[in-house]
Amino acid sequence: MLQQFLDSLIADGTLGGMPRDVAYLIGMLGAGALVVFGFVLNISGVTTFVERRVWARIQSRIGPNRVGPQGILQWLADGIKLLMKEEAIPFAADSALFKLAPFVVTVGFITAFVAVPFSSALVIADLNLGILYITSMTSLVVVGIMIAGWASNNKWSLIGGIRAAAQIVSYEIPAALSIFTVILITGTLSMQGIIQQQGWGPWDWFIFHSPFTFVGFFITFVSLLAEGNRTPFDLPEAESELVAGFVTEYSGARYLFFFLVEWGNLYVISAILVTLFLGGWQVPMIPGLAESPFWLNLTQAVTFIVKSYAGVITMMWIRATLPRVRVDQLMSTCWKYLLPIAFVNFMGTALWVLIWPEGFRFAELALTLLGFSMVVYFFYRVVFHLRRSGAELTFSPLS
Amino acid sequence: MVGGFNAYFSNIFEVASTVFEGMAVTFSHFVRKPTTIQYPDRMAIRVQDTLPYRYRGILEVDLEICTGCLACERACPIDCIVIDAKKDKSTKKMMLNRFDIDIAKCMYCGLCSEPCPTGSIHHTPEFEGADFSLESMMRRFVKQPVAAYKPKKVEDDPEVAPILERGMRYLDEFADPAGKTGTDS
Repeated sequence: MLQQFLDSLIADGTLGGMPRDVAYLIGMLGAGALVVFGFVLNISGVTTFVERRVWARIQSRIGPNRVGPQGILQWLADGIKLLMKEEAIPFAADSALFKLAPFVVTVGFITAFVAVPFSSALVIADLNLGILYITSMTSLVVVGIMIAGWASNNKWSLIGGIRAAAQIVSYEIPAALSIFTVILITGTLSMQGIIQQQGWGPWDWFIFHSPFTFVGFFITFVSLLAEGNRTPFDLPEAESELVAGFVTEYSGARYLFFFLVEWGNLYVISAILVTLFLGGWQVPMIPGLAESPFWLNLTQAVTFIVKSYAGVITMMWIRATLPRVRVDQLMSTCWKYLLPIAFVNFMGTALWVLIWPEGFRFAELALTLLGFSMVVYFFYRVVFHLRRSGAELTFSPLS
Repeated sequence: MVGGFNAYFSNIFEVASTVFEGMAVTFSHFVRKPTTIQYPDRMAIRVQDTLPYRYRGILEVDLEICTGCLACERACPIDCIVIDAKKDKSTKKMMLNRFDIDIAKCMYCGLCSEPCPTGSIHHTPEFEGADFSLESMMRRFVKQPVAAYKPKKVEDDPEVAPILERGMRYLDEFADPAGKTGTDS
């Protein structure tokens, strides 16, 4: 699409005889900048604000509500403050690597957005090995974290970096195995291909495809949480033990980059889960919607963003609920529990696909029913806790 | 983590069920009202009005009922109260020429308001004392020399009576937290 647009510009002579490759390069850089500044930075920034408000409500506080209406501009204020701060580089640090690390982390995170499918047409590049690309690109983050931990020349940073490496490398295995269960069903690695094989209704989602994918969803979720260094697996930056882990020595704009990645990663994790298990951008075929590509894509994009943001909020909610695990618990969770179950899932799904290549309708409906009854029971428990506390209620999300 | 087959699956079940229950508890907080008080600008009533009667805030003196007995000046352990009371030879009246309290020095111990016979010197619920100069922390209550209050059996001046009543009530509650008739625990 971009190529056609640039070709037409070159044919018109608007670019004044610029060489074709230069025009492509400028076009690509422009589009990349548009994506980064238009979406990625904003979603990370707004997520920091939303996260603070969500935690605050869980802890019976209000949270930031002074900058702009309801504090919505708080993230801009924080960002500007950090950008204007002086950057201190420790005397004993490896200066070049120290400066490089935040950018490695950021690249690993932003390039993952290339294959995130927002709608049937709105995707930067529908790579035929999309999910593999995303998992490998997000693994690049660990390289940056390792560099940061090592180059800071500080014991806390180093321990944080090593922990991050150990954790991410361990959890890649159950995560990849669970992702493979979906790939066994679809037979494609393309993000769009995976979504196209699902439907708009929950019974057509891969989470309810078979009991194995149902368990696989939770394994993927836990593993991706650990890969994204999120609570309860945020050991690399455990405040109570490691000051701030690998970001201990960072300040100013470089510190900002690490946080950009941390919160932006939440969105990437959710997008992966939504694509693989929760039906992606699939919307019901409302008559009339299919004829207009604009409205169809808009509905799909809104569906996708709403679904993935619900995942982001769930991760914030988990962070406000669960305490941090110990290092040995982290490792035993991965190697003793997630990994064997992921293997069983993998084999089970392979058998399932062998027996019912088109899916087993009864199991799908039964699992959907199970999922909904779990949600209903969950809200029953919520109401139980509310009744028991006798607290004053308010349903407004604003203060 | 010890144990065999059963322990393995009961571990998994325990983790899943406890996380489920914990998530339910925190989710219920989404609809609970936040307890934050948005001091100072977004409050229904000033926080000073919510404080208890005996709250020890910034000191204040009701000159109308001050007897000029200097009991508070003597009681103050850090000498932040300075009173200049002299008997006027011509009118035979006790005149208050100066009654200064240095709020910057005051440590809010309340020892000055205990011996006061009329409850003239008392704490207010006011606590917002921050200012830009030390001089403004010096509270000068006497603008012009005034005659000190002379206790009577029954107060008949309609202007002074309510102030005296307030002072005496303050004294009662301040000296005896449980109230006059109450039994102190």
